[in-house]
Amino acid sequence: MSDLDAFRTEVREWLETNCPPEMREPVRDEDDVCWGGRKFKFKNAAQKAWLDACVAKGYTVPDWPRPYGGAGLTPEQTKILKQEMKRIKARSPLDSFGIWMLGPALLKFGTEEQKVHYLNPIARGEIRWCQGYSEPGSGSDLVSLQTFGEDKGDHWVVNGSKIWTSYADKADWIFCLVRTDKTNKYQGITFMLFDMESKGVTTKPILLISGNSPFCETFFDDVEVPKSQFIGEINRGWDVAKYLLGHEREMISGGGAGGDMVSIGGAFAKAFGKNAAGELDDPILRAEMAAFDTDVFAYRAMGERFMDMWKTGRAHPASSNMMKYVGTELNKRRHELVMAGGGSDALEWDSEESKGGARARSWLRTKANSIEGGTSEVMLNVIAKRILDLPGA
Amino acid sequence: MPLYHNDDQAMLKDSVAPFVAEQAPVSHLRKLRDSADATGFSRDLWAQFTEMGLPGMLVPEAHGGLGMGHMEAGIVLEEIGRNLTPSPFLATSVGAVAALAKAGGTQAGRWLPAIASGEAIVALAIDESAKHRPDRIATTATRAGNGFRLDGKKSFVLHGHVADMSIVAAKTDGGITLFAVPKDAKGVTADPRRLVDSSLASHVTLDGVEVDADAVIGEVDAGSEILDALLAATRTGAAAEMVGVGQGAMDMTVNYLKERKQFGKLIGEFQGLQHRAAHLYGEMEVARATVMKAQQLLDEGNEGAKLMVSVAKAKAGRAANLAVREGVQMHGGIGMTDEYDIGLYMKRDRALAEYMGDVHYHIDQVARMNGY
Repeated sequence: MSDLDAFRTEVREWLETNCPPEMREPVRDEDDVCWGGRKFKFKNAAQKAWLDACVAKGYTVPDWPRPYGGAGLTPEQTKILKQEMKRIKARSPLDSFGIWMLGPALLKFGTEEQKVHYLNPIARGEIRWCQGYSEPGSGSDLVSLQTFGEDKGDHWVVNGSKIWTSYADKADWIFCLVRTDKTNKYQGITFMLFDMESKGVTTKPILLISGNSPFCETFFDDVEVPKSQFIGEINRGWDVAKYLLGHEREMISGGGAGGDMVSIGGAFAKAFGKNAAGELDDPILRAEMAAFDTDVFAYRAMGERFMDMWKTGRAHPASSNMMKYVGTELNKRRHELVMAGGGSDALEWDSEESKGGARARSWLRTKANSIEGGTSEVMLNVIAKRILDLPGA
Repeated sequence: MPLYHNDDQAMLKDSVAPFVAEQAPVSHLRKLRDSADATGFSRDLWAQFTEMGLPGMLVPEAHGGLGMGHMEAGIVLEEIGRNLTPSPFLATSVGAVAALAKAGGTQAGRWLPAIASGEAIVALAIDESAKHRPDRIATTATRAGNGFRLDGKKSFVLHGHVADMSIVAAKTDGGITLFAVPKDAKGVTADPRRLVDSSLASHVTLDGVEVDADAVIGEVDAGSEILDALLAATRTGAAAEMVGVGQGAMDMTVNYLKERKQFGKLIGEFQGLQHRAAHLYGEMEVARATVMKAQQLLDEGNEGAKLMVSVAKAKAGRAANLAVREGVQMHGGIGMTDEYDIGLYMKRDRALAEYMGDVHYHIDQVARMNGY
């Protein structure tokens, strides 16, 4: 038996013992997702037990080194762990912007002391992070951001506001882009970390077209940030930001695959009924769903190839932009088909039968996929410039 | 297995890519076309392929081949696609070999070594109508004497007029049976037609063709499984070739965007074209990954291969079609001229897209395999 086969057996046995049955059920709503953090309330004992077991093993961040709370797995081992978790339909033990976004940036740009200090609480789900990037006047043109940190010797005083801060009202700490030099556009931004309980930080949820408020406006009014709490170099935060955006795109692009990626047509045929030939009883919708399923299965292969290449340094550094573009456009298309397939039932906004308008709200939510983390148009610009090397792009 | 080429496969690509580009670039296709070549490919080039062992890549080592997989064959096919090289490789070395290797027995022993040594060209006589419908075979094989009598009409038979043997799918009492019909069999007429991409495909008439019982590939009535293997291999191969066609067209077009000036600017500076080129890049990358996944699953003997093969043929079909359409459009007026190569890419793509099931056929298959 090869080492990897032995590892697979070990993982399988560990999961069998440690993943509670309740954690193998599909995620039904936001309460089923474990985000961790100081304010987080576990939905049930199984959710906590599953997190605790994974934390003890380093499996919330399997590929991080052990001193930072990970399990130190190789890319091949990480892939096996994911496959085995998927096989038993295990839920993610911990969803976290700390894991997906800040963690990779810290691993690349942080000092040893910072890695130990910040990564372990992320891995354990103790500190929940939010991202302070966009501002009211700086969306796609992020580098024009104006939130300013004034140098006061041993600390900065930060003033300004951020927008589209995901779950800012639930987060414990923020990683934030702050202008520290007004004379240099790209090399005048510092990547700061601070506690959301700091004096002068306020948040205000934004009501979206989905009727939900996952995003906030975040205001900084004379917030004092110690001089030690920055990543990378002062005024070189844009380098960190760009690197981190790559990971954000990687994360969002996963959405196109959509949950367990079952065939959308197969699911709807049950609700719609089939004709005598066993085909979904609406030929045009059937054709659109089949074309969509084909694209989803294709994108799943792309996702596998992308991750295999990304983890081993073979991928073009800008290829996460392509993944984000293709994946988010696909996810929007999925939800258009979910609405078409659901007919008038899918229009219901708050009935019990519609689970509080779940389909309609999700459909509307997905429209942000191709806006947040860089619009589809910005992704295409980046591909044109960095991958195709087109002129003047 | 990770979904990228391993070191051996990368080495294979490094030797095949320059070989095909030097020996059989697009000018090679033009030469054959302009000399009204009656064979459909260059036998000299096939001899060079043989020197490199390529015709027998998929042939098991016991039969004199290299015993490689679909991932390796796909590397050759992508280069054939990129250079628009007319070649019997897909039908003979991929489709026919997959069927014969699956079936084993007399015909495998007779033909696999001959394919590996470059001596035999094999044609696939599957289609009977203008659209690919392998589940509606009307050609019949009836018992006669010690063997069978074949009657029917086949179409879109690549290399059918020059093949040393044709694999013919026919209806028998209890199912489908595949036959190895030799070139000189009495009652076989091949009527070659020049297609839009300058290739030659035959309408084959089987009029009371008598074959021995041992002409059966595999077992009588049990041809479906062998036909499935033939189709899966040929479709995946055609998809790999389309990735090459699409990539070739895209590379040519992106280069043109960096050369052509209008309104005092390189046209590649215009965002209207940049976004379309970037979108095409994404589609081509997804198609490439999908084809590799299908190759990998076939090589593993994975039961999920059948679905992925249809996904690959459909996705590569869509992506390559986009590449050649955008290619001609972005080249503007010269894209319409015979002198520029981009139009040749459009023609080859059209023929490959139709071969062994088009995009619509395979998307329909995806629906059926998912129960709707």
